[in-house]
Amino acid sequence: MEAYDLVVIGAGPAGLAAAVAAYEAGVKKILLIERDREPGGILEQCIHNGFGLFYFGEDLTGPEYAARFIQRVQERGIAIKLNTMVLEVTPDKWIIAVNKADGLLKIKAKAVVLAMGCRERTRGAIFIPGTRPAGVITAGTAQRFVNMEGYLPGKEVVILGSGDIGLIMARRLTLEGAKVKMVLELLPYSSGLTRNIVQCLQDFGIPLLFNHTVVAIHGRQRITGVTIAEVDPATKKPKPGTERLVSCDTLLLSVGLIPENELSRQAGIALDPVTKGPVVDDGMATSVEGIFAGGNVVHVHDLVDNVTREGEIAGRSAARYILNPKPAPSLKINTKAGAGVTYVVPQLIHPQQMAEELVLSFRVNQVFKDQKLVVALATGQGHKILGTKKRMIMVPGEMQEFKVKKEDLWAALGQEDSSSPLELTVSVPEEGEDHDV
Amino acid sequence: MYDVVVIGGGVIGCSIARELSRYALRVCVVEKEADVGCGTSKANSAIIHAGYDAAPGSLKAKLNVEGNPLFTELCQDLAVPFKRTGSIVVALDEKEVADLEALYERGRKNRVPGLRLLDQTALRALEPHISDQAVAALYAETAGIICPFTLTIALAENAYANGVEFFFNAEVKKVYALRPGAPRFLVKTDHLCLETRYIVNAAGVHADNISRLAGGDSFYLTPRRGEYCLLDKDQGSLARTVIFQVPTKMGKGVLVAPTIEGNLLIGPNAHNIEDKEDTGTTAAGLAEIIAGAKRALPSFDAQKTITSFAGLRAVPPQRDFLIYADSKVKGLIHAAGIESPGLTAAPAVAKLVREILAADGLKCKPKRNFNPQRPPVIRFSDLSFEEQSKLVRRDPSYGRIICRCETVTEGEIIAAIRRPLGARDLDGVKRRTRAGMGRCQGGFCSPRVMEILARELKLPLTQVTKQGGSSYLLAGPTKAPEETGKKGATNNGSL
Repeated sequence: MEAYDLVVIGAGPAGLAAAVAAYEAGVKKILLIERDREPGGILEQCIHNGFGLFYFGEDLTGPEYAARFIQRVQERGIAIKLNTMVLEVTPDKWIIAVNKADGLLKIKAKAVVLAMGCRERTRGAIFIPGTRPAGVITAGTAQRFVNMEGYLPGKEVVILGSGDIGLIMARRLTLEGAKVKMVLELLPYSSGLTRNIVQCLQDFGIPLLFNHTVVAIHGRQRITGVTIAEVDPATKKPKPGTERLVSCDTLLLSVGLIPENELSRQAGIALDPVTKGPVVDDGMATSVEGIFAGGNVVHVHDLVDNVTREGEIAGRSAARYILNPKPAPSLKINTKAGAGVTYVVPQLIHPQQMAEELVLSFRVNQVFKDQKLVVALATGQGHKILGTKKRMIMVPGEMQEFKVKKEDLWAALGQEDSSSPLELTVSVPEEGEDHDV
Repeated sequence: MYDVVVIGGGVIGCSIARELSRYALRVCVVEKEADVGCGTSKANSAIIHAGYDAAPGSLKAKLNVEGNPLFTELCQDLAVPFKRTGSIVVALDEKEVADLEALYERGRKNRVPGLRLLDQTALRALEPHISDQAVAALYAETAGIICPFTLTIALAENAYANGVEFFFNAEVKKVYALRPGAPRFLVKTDHLCLETRYIVNAAGVHADNISRLAGGDSFYLTPRRGEYCLLDKDQGSLARTVIFQVPTKMGKGVLVAPTIEGNLLIGPNAHNIEDKEDTGTTAAGLAEIIAGAKRALPSFDAQKTITSFAGLRAVPPQRDFLIYADSKVKGLIHAAGIESPGLTAAPAVAKLVREILAADGLKCKPKRNFNPQRPPVIRFSDLSFEEQSKLVRRDPSYGRIICRCETVTEGEIIAAIRRPLGARDLDGVKRRTRAGMGRCQGGFCSPRVMEILARELKLPLTQVTKQGGSSYLLAGPTKAPEETGKKGATNNGSL
């Protein structure tokens, strides 16, 4: 048996940031556990630039961004076990893990930070019909082959889904000599960042077809082609008569990411059905006392800078809990996704322990132009606007933020009786709707 | 010179091979795919049926009821997980209760043990998530669930251990009867020429074609496609038994069943097609089985589907198995038209084929050294903490998890490749170890599994396939440094 104050599961950007932040907050006995052969997580295969614009004010590649945090971990002498898989986390914070060198490990922690990241949605999850040949591959797996293993998965490529990894891989495969014939997107807009559409598709003349999908996969041994079709934007169903055959030797899927929460589920942590990640409070605490979470395991981010920020919050909160273990205060505000909004993280705010400023992260459910964003607190007495903001454009593919100041929240709470339910709603109300109740 | 060439390495061919390996005979199996169990045997309902479905007096009924009890010992011998969960047929309205009674009566005629009619209360107690529309059910306690490719692989391994030879990537192209009236053949594939006394035709949907090649009886097998969805393990506990609906003339209808690994399986539909290789799924078909399964079990979440697939049943003209000695060609024995309940019947089919061969003149002298047992396969995730610790200390490769979703270790993958008739491709590893069979469907582990395959088989990574043949997974290496415009750059990183 080994014992640590803090065990961080996953040494990607969230886990590295959490470990460093906890160390800075006074906790020294920390163990990072990483299942891959090196720390850095998915950043190690993201050899393109665009990382760190917010956090460092610099334009870095993925490995460069990761290296800065790996260095901080090393400078602080934080322990890390690589090639180590966590098999189980219990609610009382025992961790069972395994690797070749140590064999089976039983580790006791005072607090745990979950930072397992996310995985890609697959062909099965989106019901693409047809045969099951080789050459149907998720964009992230293809990225690993190209950037880390040095192999090209195919030469004539159709990409389904305009998520960021798909867009990045369209450019990467083109640079490696493959012909990327098209990118298909089921929705009338992309779920990727605008900068990626410009830099990865438009700059290379790769067509992006909105309202299109793959309706069949062909080929017995290796994929020989796909049938694509236009979809009705209202029903998302293929329009009969619009089918056409496109030959290819590879179908790359970039159809979404799902937080990886097998361990969270085992530990009995409450999950949000929309984000598919743990329900967290303003300190990234999960529903199980002493277990925190941050980064893509909570909800899928667009920018690593935000993953780092969440990891830091989780690490600091874990340190606070380790140094002074007590349950969260009872006064709480639930956040809620209102009209036009898909989800809000954190799902819970404890006004008595929150930091001076809290960032609400959320996604809108459609494209909004010149619309007003409203954050309002509903209390037993009624409904107070905490803030509104006009935004030129909001798209589902770009995570939105709204900063809430502790003093503003307390002002809105007033002499609130803590027994009545409190709800903070983020919404994009339709024009003309009256919100000044 | 072989005594018997078995054409087809599905569950039927492998059962027959294993049965024949009990005797002092020279036997081989020729299989057109790169592995055993690549046809109907890998895409079916994974069920051991009780036996009330088939018409009384049919070969199907007889071999189903004979085959079912054999699974207890067979699965023990072969170390194949098998669970008698029982099955139910649910009546979704009062009218269908009469159908249950007819099935019960048929079961009684087929001598199926352990049949009971359940009222709504008893049904609800057995299957808490069953539809509110379900008014009664026929319960069959002997039905069970099994992994059909684990079974097929185990049969093949045991047959091999007892002396049966296997040839893969060997599609039979020609069959010559050497001495008309006497059992003596030449079986030709692209690379092989095998002389044999007897041929067992266990070629699944292609068995009609094999009979034609050999100049035997003419029959046509209709490929009937059935589509399935396999759901995440978090849905697996919604069904405790195999849940059928009242059958139609096309088959037993859409079922919902837990799998032996804890997933939920729904399907199949039944559509006759032309192409005997067309195992593609269709959007309409998948929608059909989801809607069909919801009638009996409304609460499963179809969004939790991790993969969909289709299999082909070889539907014989008279809807009964064709297991007999050919009327025209001496020495040609058919085990054809084996649609459902073929998996259940397989061990009984094997015994029947052996009897037919013996009646046809093949001397079957029992081998004293026949070993019915297959060494068990180590499954890391099934072991206790202490057993896992011991295993990793003994062999550290069991300490490296390759498949995160199903917790499969490097040691298990190496063992699957090194076993007799071991895995040669990604799907072979998947069927033997479950690596890649979980919710991420190989996204994380396939590069690692390919690496292990390449290392063990001494292949370049670009030669590793998904399922043999030309199913290569990679197109080639990325550009060399020279090509990217940096003249003089070298691979070792120094400039």
